[in-house]
Amino acid sequence: MTTRFRTAYAVAVGAAAALAALAVASLVLLAIGARPLTTFATILTGPLQDLFGISEILVRAVPLTLVALGVSISFRSGILNIGAEGQMQVGILASTAVALALRSLPGPALLPLALLAGAAAGALWGGLAGWLRARLEVNEILSTVMLNYIAAQLYTFLLRGPMIDPAELMTGSGTPQSQRLPRAAWLDRLVPGTRLHSGLLLALALSFLVWLLLWRTTFGFRLRAAGAERRAARYAGVQVERSLVLAMLLAGGFAGLAGAVEVAGVHHRAIEAISAGYGFAGIVVALFGGLHPAGIVPAAAFFGLMLVGADMTQRSAGVPANMVLVLEGVIILAIVSAGMVMNNPYGQERAARLLRRLLRPGGGEAPPASAGEGSP
Amino acid sequence: MILRMLHDVLALGVPFSVALLLAALGEMFNQRAGVFNLGCEGIMSMGAFLAFLPSHLLSGGPLAPWAPSAGFALAALSGALLGALFALVTVTFRAPQGIAGIGLQMLGWGTAGVVFRHFIGGVTGIPGVAAWPVPGLSRIPFLGDVLFRHDPVVYLAYLAVPACALLLYRTSWGLRVRAVGTYPRAADTMGIRVARVRYQALVLGGAMAGVGGGYLSLCQARMFADDLVAGRGFIAVALVYFGRWTPLGITFGALLFSLAQALQLAIQVAGIKFPYEFAVMLPYALVIAVLALARRSRMLGPSALGKPYDREIRV
Repeated sequence: MTTRFRTAYAVAVGAAAALAALAVASLVLLAIGARPLTTFATILTGPLQDLFGISEILVRAVPLTLVALGVSISFRSGILNIGAEGQMQVGILASTAVALALRSLPGPALLPLALLAGAAAGALWGGLAGWLRARLEVNEILSTVMLNYIAAQLYTFLLRGPMIDPAELMTGSGTPQSQRLPRAAWLDRLVPGTRLHSGLLLALALSFLVWLLLWRTTFGFRLRAAGAERRAARYAGVQVERSLVLAMLLAGGFAGLAGAVEVAGVHHRAIEAISAGYGFAGIVVALFGGLHPAGIVPAAAFFGLMLVGADMTQRSAGVPANMVLVLEGVIILAIVSAGMVMNNPYGQERAARLLRRLLRPGGGEAPPASAGEGSP
Repeated sequence: MILRMLHDVLALGVPFSVALLLAALGEMFNQRAGVFNLGCEGIMSMGAFLAFLPSHLLSGGPLAPWAPSAGFALAALSGALLGALFALVTVTFRAPQGIAGIGLQMLGWGTAGVVFRHFIGGVTGIPGVAAWPVPGLSRIPFLGDVLFRHDPVVYLAYLAVPACALLLYRTSWGLRVRAVGTYPRAADTMGIRVARVRYQALVLGGAMAGVGGGYLSLCQARMFADDLVAGRGFIAVALVYFGRWTPLGITFGALLFSLAQALQLAIQVAGIKFPYEFAVMLPYALVIAVLALARRSRMLGPSALGKPYDREIRV
């Protein structure tokens, strides 16, 4: 089989998967009486009309990038972290608590401490699932999902009780939100008049660092080896259990940091539904970006666009914003299917045979010594 | 007092177990055939919404008595369709099952939410299914209230336990399912069509999960909300591990969880001071504990669980 055929096969499979995903999403849109093409067009072009829309895309791309970086570390290490949502929430709680408790600290020290606290809390929450998997063989997908539900309850409990803004209690409105963070714990705004904050630079810097970590250090090589072929890695002296726990610590840390950055950069206090879906969307971003930082950054921008666009369709076309969940679901299904079909050598052979038969209706014989074999 | 509370907990816990029981029995067929379906949660969400829909639309009309049956039929149908979709992705395309399951969960959950918000939006109650006390048996003191004063679906769900056991252990289809999940290559050699049996198991499991979700909206909550299922699909998957892939073990597990849930409600009703959120956390924490304790049982599981099969690929 020629390289050209292989590329064509991959492109065809990818296109078929994309079309299938759009078809399933269109069915859902048709069911609620919306026009699929108009809706997709609004989602994809609506946010690009003005500067504010573009800045909002980037605002959403920041937590998506951070979560996806963590998810990609865990997936590459052979442990599926579905718990980013919960890890973000504990990160938000911890960074808010630290920023409020240490408000008297001088400015330059407070912000890093708050961000670190968020990352540490997320790391513990994720590491717990990693430890459960390494020590007690608890399926990490189930345990991280359960930890999501537990974190969600912890979040509402703390925001309604111990951490609620005293002002809310005084006025009696009782909105579940924390006190506003001191200014020293805020991330700077990059463009006046928008919510775009310096967390964007942090996310880009960390993307580069994750690439260095995974592909340019022994530590990263060990993680990837443990994920790629567990037994071989163990035979080569990698402590697989340890690398599972470390990968989950890192993955949780990134998700916790995403939560802390979201507080420090956008909302400046812990409010309900801050993490709304970033944890799950981050998984899709990681897969869409090929579990590689160079893919994750553009993928995060694309999904940021989708999130902002879905908010717009809610206002303009009356399509509920959780249409994004449907899109994310079909995109996951399409990506994992297409990935397997592309890498299935037998599928390639079958396709090649079919193609030959179609191209030469009379013959049906294979071309002599398959001309392009070996040459790129 | 204690007896009164025990009575209430048991009488509540038995119907609470139905959704978990049906979904977990369905998941048992999936896993026995070698497919790990984490999309159960999404299937249950769709089932819960579609079961609710006819009762909502037909309420007050002449067709209202038929609404619950139509709802369950829709729930089963949607579950079967989503099961078939999952089979396409994991059996035909051989996609990794864990992450594909999360995709199916998002698809089902998201779709139910979108359609619900578009057509209904708020909390609206439905009449649900009336209780049908079993004549005679329901008058037994204590036991009658606990076991025989529920809606008919509860009795049917518990009849499904022996039915599933018969299907799995005493029919040739059940044998094929177990063969395909244990050693697909041998099954293939014997002329069993591995992919076809897996499709059938996923369709059956999906339909059962759909009905389980339908029970939640139609009989238990008597309304629908986005997060009505609240992780029960994932708990059902965990119950299959806990129940060691047997109908009886799964029933025991489902009862354990529903009794814990009923106990939590009883504690709140009794006015014992305990933050509500921590009470809600309990079942989820219990899942993790149960999975940690049941880790030895993994060896009893279907040995081809989670492994895609392709006749042409030699591993």
